[in-house]
Amino acid sequence: MAAVKETVDRVKAIDVDAYKYGFVTEIESEKAPKGLNEDIVRFISAKKNEPAWMTEWRLDAYRRWLTMEEPTWARVDYPRIDYQDLYYYAAPKSTAGPKSLDEVDPELLRTYEKLGIPLREQEILAGVQSSKVAVDAVFDSVSVATTFRAELAKAGVIFCPISEAVHSHPELVKKYLGSVVPVTDNYFATLNSAVFSDGSFVYIPPGVRCPMELSTYFRINERNTGQFERTLIIADAGSYVSYLEGCTAPQRDENQLHAAVVELIAHEDAEIKYSTVQNWYPGDSEGKGGIYNFVTKRGDCRGARSKISWTQVETGSAITWKYPSCILRGDSSRGEFYSIAISNGRQQVDSGTKMIHLGKNTTSRIISKGISAGRSNNTYRGQVSAHRKATNARNFTNCDSLLIGHDCGAHTVPYIESKNATAVFEHEATTSKISEDQLFYCTQRGLSDEEATALIVNGFVRDVLQQLPMEFAVEAQKLIAISLEGSVG
Amino acid sequence: MNKPLPIRTRTEAEEALVATFDSASSNLRGASDLRAAAMARFVKSGLPDRRVESWHYTDLRSILRRAAPVRPGDFMPVERARAGLASAEAQTHAARIVMLDGIYRPDLSDLALLPAGVTVASLADALAEGDAEALGALTGEGQGADDPVVSLNTALMQDGVIVRVAAGVEAARPIAIANIMSGGAPHAAFVRSLVMVGDGAKLRLTETTAACDESETQVNEALVLRIGDNARVDYVSRVVRQGAGAISLHTLLATLGAGSEFNGFSFNPGVGVDRRQMFVRLNGRNSTLNLGGLSLLRGRQHADSTLVVDHAVPDCRSREFFRYILDDESTGVFQGKVVVRQHAQKTDGAMKSQAIMLGDGASMNNKPELEIFADDVVCGHGATVGQLDDDQIFYLQARGIPKPEAESLLLEAFAYEALELIADEQLRARFIEQTGEWLAARGAA
Amino acid sequence: MLEVRNLHVSVGDRKILDGLNLTVKDGEVAAIMGPNGTGKSTLSYVIAGRDGYDVTEGEVLVDGVNILDMDATERANAGVFLAFQYPMEIPGVATMTFLKAALNAQARARGGKELQTPDFMKKVREASQKLQIPQDMLKRALNVGFSGGEKKRMEILQMALLQPKLAILDETDSGLDIDALRIVADGVNALRAQERSFLVITHYQRLLDYIKPDTVHVMARGRIAKTGGPELAHELEKTGYAGFVGEAA
Repeated sequence: MAAVKETVDRVKAIDVDAYKYGFVTEIESEKAPKGLNEDIVRFISAKKNEPAWMTEWRLDAYRRWLTMEEPTWARVDYPRIDYQDLYYYAAPKSTAGPKSLDEVDPELLRTYEKLGIPLREQEILAGVQSSKVAVDAVFDSVSVATTFRAELAKAGVIFCPISEAVHSHPELVKKYLGSVVPVTDNYFATLNSAVFSDGSFVYIPPGVRCPMELSTYFRINERNTGQFERTLIIADAGSYVSYLEGCTAPQRDENQLHAAVVELIAHEDAEIKYSTVQNWYPGDSEGKGGIYNFVTKRGDCRGARSKISWTQVETGSAITWKYPSCILRGDSSRGEFYSIAISNGRQQVDSGTKMIHLGKNTTSRIISKGISAGRSNNTYRGQVSAHRKATNARNFTNCDSLLIGHDCGAHTVPYIESKNATAVFEHEATTSKISEDQLFYCTQRGLSDEEATALIVNGFVRDVLQQLPMEFAVEAQKLIAISLEGSVG
Repeated sequence: MNKPLPIRTRTEAEEALVATFDSASSNLRGASDLRAAAMARFVKSGLPDRRVESWHYTDLRSILRRAAPVRPGDFMPVERARAGLASAEAQTHAARIVMLDGIYRPDLSDLALLPAGVTVASLADALAEGDAEALGALTGEGQGADDPVVSLNTALMQDGVIVRVAAGVEAARPIAIANIMSGGAPHAAFVRSLVMVGDGAKLRLTETTAACDESETQVNEALVLRIGDNARVDYVSRVVRQGAGAISLHTLLATLGAGSEFNGFSFNPGVGVDRRQMFVRLNGRNSTLNLGGLSLLRGRQHADSTLVVDHAVPDCRSREFFRYILDDESTGVFQGKVVVRQHAQKTDGAMKSQAIMLGDGASMNNKPELEIFADDVVCGHGATVGQLDDDQIFYLQARGIPKPEAESLLLEAFAYEALELIADEQLRARFIEQTGEWLAARGAA
Repeated sequence: MLEVRNLHVSVGDRKILDGLNLTVKDGEVAAIMGPNGTGKSTLSYVIAGRDGYDVTEGEVLVDGVNILDMDATERANAGVFLAFQYPMEIPGVATMTFLKAALNAQARARGGKELQTPDFMKKVREASQKLQIPQDMLKRALNVGFSGGEKKRMEILQMALLQPKLAILDETDSGLDIDALRIVADGVNALRAQERSFLVITHYQRLLDYIKPDTVHVMARGRIAKTGGPELAHELEKTGYAGFVGEAA
């Protein structure tokens, strides 16, 4: 019950405006000129001192992007984005490749401290955290610090900014980049391929169990700046890694674009667990401002018996468009998707997953919990498909939606496609409002409406919370309470 | 007319359909504005392909390669029709309305059993006379207005019937509408019927689409059903005897008044391509909707049930239950969308689709969708795709029942649970028998 | 009647039965007891012919005929009956329809005549009355919505109708209260006969107070670890299975 108590206290402590990460860091930055053209792509590539093959890869993506159209099928509604009115590159000025944390702008370190993410290893070690987490901090478009690299290197684990991996491990980057999310996969992924500036790169060698959780914190700070990070994680045969991703942004009146691409590759018997707590600025209660979160995340279970598990807690962003997926290519591979998506105010969420069963005896599991409050719309969109050769494929899907208040919408759009007679798919979904009986029971025992709601919602999402690493689960639980602030009554 | 399609070139079938309208418009009586507007919509949309969300799994643009011609009005294969009609009979005690090649034929119909308080008239006559009530009711409440198949039906409707059931009339006998295609060569028909059921009335309605032979017939039927307050309608639609190349498109546009009940069931023991779209709006409080269906498919047959259930008012209940048995290389499609509008509080909705795949090459596509804007609701859906349960088969085998027989028993039970939704015992018995025949044919193969 | 010789069975990579030997004579009631997870249910499934078990070695003879190459239906027709620990629910199949299908299938297989409906009804009615199975239960779908006790009684009803040579009762006492247990045991006892053998699988001695066994076998780690008379069951009640688990290890 301690966590619940904490949640309740947290709710009480909150101001009218609930977003606590809305501060702006005053820091000098270097930007590319506004707009997008081949010169900007070359500029970004030059800033990263990239080899010619990388520049060409980007330019190819850019040219293809010009021929594509922005997708309109999702249940989200926003004014047309003027892609020429954005900055595609912004970097804190002083961080042209910090050699150590001592070279990092102290203002930046303070920013991450405010976010609750200590970057100094000694602070982490001295701190209250029970387990070590290696962190890659991405500020606007560049990675500013990566901790615990030495210790990871001892285990053979590579954890570094992708801009660095292009130089230090070009063979790995060449081999895997774009191999799960092809350059032309979709409009936003193609845009990302052209202009991505940084992100994390992880390689776990065969048979290695990564000795600690790896984590990336993304922070958008600059005004009118798109953030286009790129994450690439490769788990070689028989290895294991758990990776956490967190995101925040300042409160601003205008919308900011975030179009990331995450690619995961799991070889034979490898396992990748990818957890996200997404808390970008959602905009104010009238829908002004907030992040457009248009993200492509996909995992490829390339080897036999490999496993990829996505867990997400989505509470932020004005618009979320995100479908972390698994391609179950290896025989007996497994994909999992656990999601909590909360929308309040004017937020719009269209999120879900795809489980593509290609190999024999592949299994997948989808547990999705959507909570809509305020005047938000929350859509689960998911695809489960078995191809001709996916003998004995199995899927179980459960997606539940909870409505709080009568001005919001909850939608469920599953696509269940089987082309193999031995595949067994089970799908169930429910939509209901928060139970009056449960609320009454709690209030009769002395809880306020809001406390009771937070309590019941925490119960509703419990199956998913349990999938998160401990520290994240506590954080997520707090976030859920905060996100629902003002939704009752 | 004949404006170019905006994005892509017109297919041969699209050209032919537009040409049919241009050449036939002199023969198509009445409702000229309605028809022209609908044709304009079709010209704009063309035949739906995979890119149209609601047609994603039934790519009509590639299925309908050639648009077959509509039979001229003086073509009267009455003898053939009588033979075809016999195969379409399922109820001995029904008043019979017959449409032949898209034209209402009083001479083939038998209205002697028509209950008092029920009238039947030709749609073509009503349109020619400019019957304002019929015209007004003909498009339902504009449901499916964007659907290209509905547009085509509106533009090209040849005939159909208008059935009126006066308020308070409890029709003792069912009414059976048969749409017979005389066949002999590929040909098409566009039929639109309108059934208006007055407040407090009761009606049992059966609609059968049949062909006299295995010709590549193309039927586009639409039934507009307006159910008054506290009325009840039991409706069964089915297809019989159609060739592997036949295409059957059927649209139901239904509205339910307060306190009314509508039970609809569609039975498809296999035709080439069958698409049933049901747009049902619950317009009055405390109404109840039950929709069900059973499709038994083999060969390369394709069956698509697409529903849009629109809860527009509070306190209504809807149930949807569709089952498929898919053998060989057949394809099943279930798309069910339940919409609960913002003020439709206390909606109780449950939808289920279940498919058993028998054939290695079979496919099933399920899209059960919820779109909910009211908070005080209980809605859910479930979808399963799979095979017969191995444990159940083992249990039956352990009692001495041979495996093929055990499978048949379980398949029969699976089908039977869907057919149980049909209130009319004669029809249900006939369908159980047909299911048995279908299974026997499978065993024999 | 039943002879199991050096039976080795695996599921996937896991070995479950490891050289099991067992003989049950005509008319004998043999009890198999043992701790959970020792392979008791596996033995019953392997005898009944369920898929998914790899018999890597050994034989199962019924009246001297090896049944391992037969499918489940053929074994049932050869007189093997399994009362399931968890009887299957089969929605949509009325219990009467099912009973008739099973009786007729076995009659056909043995070259006998199918029962006429009135005779069949009479037979079922009589048998069900003995087991206190209400008539309306027979109209419902098989086992759907039945309580645990009702399901077990339905298993015994089937046994009574099918008159097997070898009846295997797999944990038939599980989930039964004392009254239901008595009804089920009476049903079984009524069927005891010189031409019929029973293999009663149970974890507890309780059932054996009602169905008195001729022999008691203790199973541990995939084999018969000890064989004795009814007194062995009482002994186990006091000492538990710990000794056997250790012994076999």
